[in-house]
Amino acid sequence: MNAPTPAQPLLDVSGVTLRYKTPGVLVTATERVSFSVNRSDRFVLLGPSGCGKSTLLKAVGGYLTPSEGSITIKGRKVTEPGADRMMVFQEFDQLLPWRTVLENVMFPLQVARRLGRKEAEEKARHALEKVNLTRAVDSYPHTLSGGMKQRVAIARGMAMEPDILLMDEPFAALDALTRRTCQDELLQLWEDTKFTVLFVTHSIAEAIKIGNRILLLSPHPGRVKAEVVDVDKVSPTDGTAGQLEKKIHELLFADEAAHAE
Amino acid sequence: MTTTAPTTATTPPPAPDSMIGAARITMRDQSGAGDHLGEVERKLGLLETLWDSGFVRKALLLVLLGVIWEIYGRALQNPLLFPTLSETFESMRDGVMSGVLPMRAWSSIKVLLMGYVAGVLLAAILTIAAINTRVGTDFLETMTAMFSPLPAIALLPLALIWFGLGNGSLVFILIHSVLWAVALNTHSGFRSVSQTMRMVGRNYGLRGLAYVFRILIPAAFPSILTGLKIGWAFAWRTLIAAELVFGVSSGQGGLGWYIFENRNLLDIPAVFAGLLTVIVIGLVVENLIFRTLERRTVLKWGMQN
Repeated sequence: MNAPTPAQPLLDVSGVTLRYKTPGVLVTATERVSFSVNRSDRFVLLGPSGCGKSTLLKAVGGYLTPSEGSITIKGRKVTEPGADRMMVFQEFDQLLPWRTVLENVMFPLQVARRLGRKEAEEKARHALEKVNLTRAVDSYPHTLSGGMKQRVAIARGMAMEPDILLMDEPFAALDALTRRTCQDELLQLWEDTKFTVLFVTHSIAEAIKIGNRILLLSPHPGRVKAEVVDVDKVSPTDGTAGQLEKKIHELLFADEAAHAE
Repeated sequence: MTTTAPTTATTPPPAPDSMIGAARITMRDQSGAGDHLGEVERKLGLLETLWDSGFVRKALLLVLLGVIWEIYGRALQNPLLFPTLSETFESMRDGVMSGVLPMRAWSSIKVLLMGYVAGVLLAAILTIAAINTRVGTDFLETMTAMFSPLPAIALLPLALIWFGLGNGSLVFILIHSVLWAVALNTHSGFRSVSQTMRMVGRNYGLRGLAYVFRILIPAAFPSILTGLKIGWAFAWRTLIAAELVFGVSSGQGGLGWYIFENRNLLDIPAVFAGLLTVIVIGLVVENLIFRTLERRTVLKWGMQN
C-alpha cells in the first residue's frame, strides 16, 4: 500500500478533456480541467448547468474515458468503474428495489469486497445506524421517502470505505428542509470518519456549506475558472459565508453580466 | 430557504407570543379546540369488507352465471346442444373418477411444460446474446419481427412432416409460441432498465453474466413476468388447438383430444367437462402460480401496483 504523501494527492485530474457524441454532434463537456483532491478533502465541483461537472464526476467514476489528459487515483490510472470510487447519484432509483435497505447496503460489500454474509451485515448495520435508519433496515426502498433513500445510498457508499466517495448532486431532488437535514448529517458523518468526498452541485450555498475546497467551472465547454480553498473557515454567523456566496456568484455570472451590458 | 411567519392574530393567544424583530409568532391552542373531533379512522362493516374483496365479488358473479347456465340448460332440454351445469359437473366427476380426465390433463401439461421450459431457455439465450452484442440484437429483432405474427398452429403441418405424429411436433410448435413472446418482453425489459441502475451495477464491478443475473434480470422482472404470462397463455391455447388436430401419440392424447373424441361420440357433457378443465387449469396457473410469483416479487418490491 502506498499511502498518499502530500506530494501525491489521492485523486489527480490533469488536463482532462471530455467529449461525448450526441446524434450528429460531438460535444465537448470539459476542456483541459485539472485539479487534485487530498485525503479527507470535501472537494466541491460547482458550476452552472452545462459546465460538465457531472460528466467530470462520471469520468472519475470510470464511466467515461477522457479524450485528453489523465485521471489517477492513488497513483493508479482510472480506466473503468470500480468500488474504490463509490457513487451516490441524484436519482432515487439508485437503490435496487428488489433488496431491502439492509441488503442494498450489504450487496456491494459482498460482491465487490467479497466479505462474508455476517461481516457484511455487521458493517451495513453500523453504516445504517450512522445515518439514523436503524428502524428502516428491513423495508423495501419503495416504502422510503426521498431523503431516506439518499441516506441509504450514502450509507451504502460509506460502508464500502472507498478511497473516495463521489456524490452527484445527491440532495438536488429533495425538498428544502430535508436537504438541510441531509447536509448537516453528511457533515456530521465526515466529522466521525473524515472520508474523502468529491461533491457536485449547482447550488453555491450548498457548496459553501459542504466543501472545504471548491472548484468553480464555467460552461460551454467546462473550464476551471477558479479554486476556493479553506471554505470551511468562513462562517454563516458573522456574514463571511454570505460574502463568499456573493463573490462566487459574481465570478460565475461575470461573463453573462458582461454580455448583457 | 423560506420561513413564513403568521401575521394576523384575532383570538387571544393561548401560549406566550414571541417577537422576532417586527415579526410576531402566535401559538395556537390545539387541545381545547374540541367543537368537533375529526374522525381519523373507522372500522368498516363486515358486508362492506366482503364487497371490497375482488375475490368475493367475482365468486358471486360466477355463481350467478352458473345459475343462468343451469336454468337455460333445463329450459332447452337438449343435452346434445347445451347440457346443464349439473350434467357437466356429473360428467366431469365421472371423468375424474375413471381417471381418464386427469390422465388427459396430465399428458397435456407434461408436453406443455416441456415446450414452455425449452422456449423460455431459448429466449434467455437469445436475449442475453442480444444485450451483449449488436449482432445479437439485430438477430433477435429480425426474428421476432418475422415469427411473432406467425400463429404457431400454422407450423403444425410442417412440424408433422419433420417430427412425425407425436410429442416432438407439439413441443416444436410450443417452443415457437413461447419463444418470441418471452424474448420480446425480456429484451424490452432489459432495455428499459434505468441508466442509474446500470451505473450502480458497474460501480460494484459487476460484469458479464453476474451483471445480467444480479442487476438486469431483477430490474427487468416486471417485463419478464409479463412475457412469461403471455408465453404461457399462447402455449396453452396452441397446445389445445394442436391436440384437436391430431393429439393421439402412442394411444395417449391430451385434453384437446379428449374434447374432440367426446364430440365424435356425441357425449356433449364430456365436451363441456373437457372445456371446463381447460379453463380451470388456466385459472389455477394464472391465479395461483403467476399471482403468487407476482406478490412475492414485483408487488413486494413496489415495481408494479
